[in-house]
Amino acid sequence: MLDDFFLRALLAGIGIAVVAGPFGCFIVWRRMSYFGDTLSHAGLLGVALSLALEINTMLAVFAVSALLAVLLVVLSRRPSLSSDALLGLLSHSALAIGLVCLSFMTWVRMDLLGLLFGDILAVGRADLALIYGGGASVLLILWRIWGRLFAATVSPELAAAEGAQPQRMELVFVLLMAAVIAIAMKVVGVLLITALLIMPAAAARRLSSGPEQMALVASGLGVAAVVGGLYGSLFWDTPSGPSIVVAALLLFLVSLLPVFGRQSAN
Amino acid sequence: MASTGEPQSLIELRQAGIFRDGRWLVQGIDLAVAPRQIVTLIGPNGSGKSTTAKMALGILSPSEGEALRRPRLRVGYVPQKLQVDWTLPLKVKRLMGLTQSISSSDMLASLGRTGAAHLLEYEVRNLSGGELQRVLLARAIARKPDLLVLDEPVQGVDYSGEIEIYDMIANLRDELGCGILMISHDLHVVMASTDHVVCLNGHVCCRGTPGAVSQSKSFRELFGRRAGLALYEHKHDHEHLPDGRVRHADGSVSESCAGEHCDSPAHGHDHGHHDHAHEPVLTVTEKTGNA
Repeated sequence: MLDDFFLRALLAGIGIAVVAGPFGCFIVWRRMSYFGDTLSHAGLLGVALSLALEINTMLAVFAVSALLAVLLVVLSRRPSLSSDALLGLLSHSALAIGLVCLSFMTWVRMDLLGLLFGDILAVGRADLALIYGGGASVLLILWRIWGRLFAATVSPELAAAEGAQPQRMELVFVLLMAAVIAIAMKVVGVLLITALLIMPAAAARRLSSGPEQMALVASGLGVAAVVGGLYGSLFWDTPSGPSIVVAALLLFLVSLLPVFGRQSAN
Repeated sequence: MASTGEPQSLIELRQAGIFRDGRWLVQGIDLAVAPRQIVTLIGPNGSGKSTTAKMALGILSPSEGEALRRPRLRVGYVPQKLQVDWTLPLKVKRLMGLTQSISSSDMLASLGRTGAAHLLEYEVRNLSGGELQRVLLARAIARKPDLLVLDEPVQGVDYSGEIEIYDMIANLRDELGCGILMISHDLHVVMASTDHVVCLNGHVCCRGTPGAVSQSKSFRELFGRRAGLALYEHKHDHEHLPDGRVRHADGSVSESCAGEHCDSPAHGHDHGHHDHAHEPVLTVTEKTGNA
């Protein structure tokens, strides 16, 4: 029953879900989901760039997102800027500019819906290699900085006072986030990447009593959402990216059931 | 300042100031903390106490002047507040090892000292203000720091606990051999075991031994009549008053004077204009309010 393209889609989705788990936790903890939206929307500009310059799409998306990420982090260190309004402005501007740029490129035929919502069923062997190679490197780096990044997340001031270099950790983290977005774009599209990042993490919250556990649970729930969503899309003939997100939402709703509320008692 | 404290100082500020949004939060701060020295920053709200400490710690970089730290200085920091969001599952146990791994025996020992051992498995966001303060203090101690920086260490702690904690802080200096930089707006107990008091109000108003500062004109102007109630003299012996507070009897201040902390320009200056110089050092008759 498993066609080859479907198996590849499953493997790609699972690979991304595993990486998205711990990243999603940090995005939730640090309240950076808007930041993630902005970076992923800017991914469209990366796509336009890759078409114009005929370079690898994933690389171009990473380059544009990473540049924006660093810019945003540096800007946010100026205390006078309101980061919420700035992100809101940039997030939608990036999306609009990306779409406008793409519409100018009349010489290329492209699947706009695939860009926005993902095209996981079209994942090839090269994509798989990139997802697993890239994902493993990103997770390895995250694992190396985990303790310091976590300290910076709990209290930047405490981390700074005790030598955990919070600013550097933040910078590394947003660069890794740009990499995750570049890797995940093909699977769920620019509009839904943030959902895939934060929904398993949010669902994992009530099932976990520690940060490390929450990251692992988020990965597990992400994998479940990918598998459930893909089979659902096959069964009901629905678009695969949105189906995965809907499956993640269902998992989140299930996690709200009182049965899982054991953490609230103290 | 700088000349006397420089080689042994753990941290040192030289004419340091921070400029934000069109105004100076603090300016022209000279401050040094030597090993085994307890320095207390006092001053009203918004006087730049926390800002000064953050500058000394390297959390904020000075807009002018210098902030120096001894290389490889191990710092234990108790911030003024720590807010843990619901989304973050964080137990006391995990918080203890936030910036370095700590053996479970050290963890339990330091939590025991601050009276927080029973909180080990609690979620940090469910702790009360006083409990969190005890946990943060234990966390800082467990790091075996060279320098302990305490920003309002007893805020939210009940009154008897407050005395315990101040006593413990005084003992820690000898035990860990660390320097301590403490911030407080609580005047009444804070001067008890302090070697050097720096009174801030955007700049250094006055400084010196607790005895000297409490007599100085600028200190009295800053704190009004509460200044008269504020002082405990420095001595390791103390007595517990019926109302639960501690009176530190007047000991010889010079005995533990080391380094720069005996100087008090404001003190010397003010004696000329004031007749407080030989006033008996206060008795506490009224609770001066704590957080």
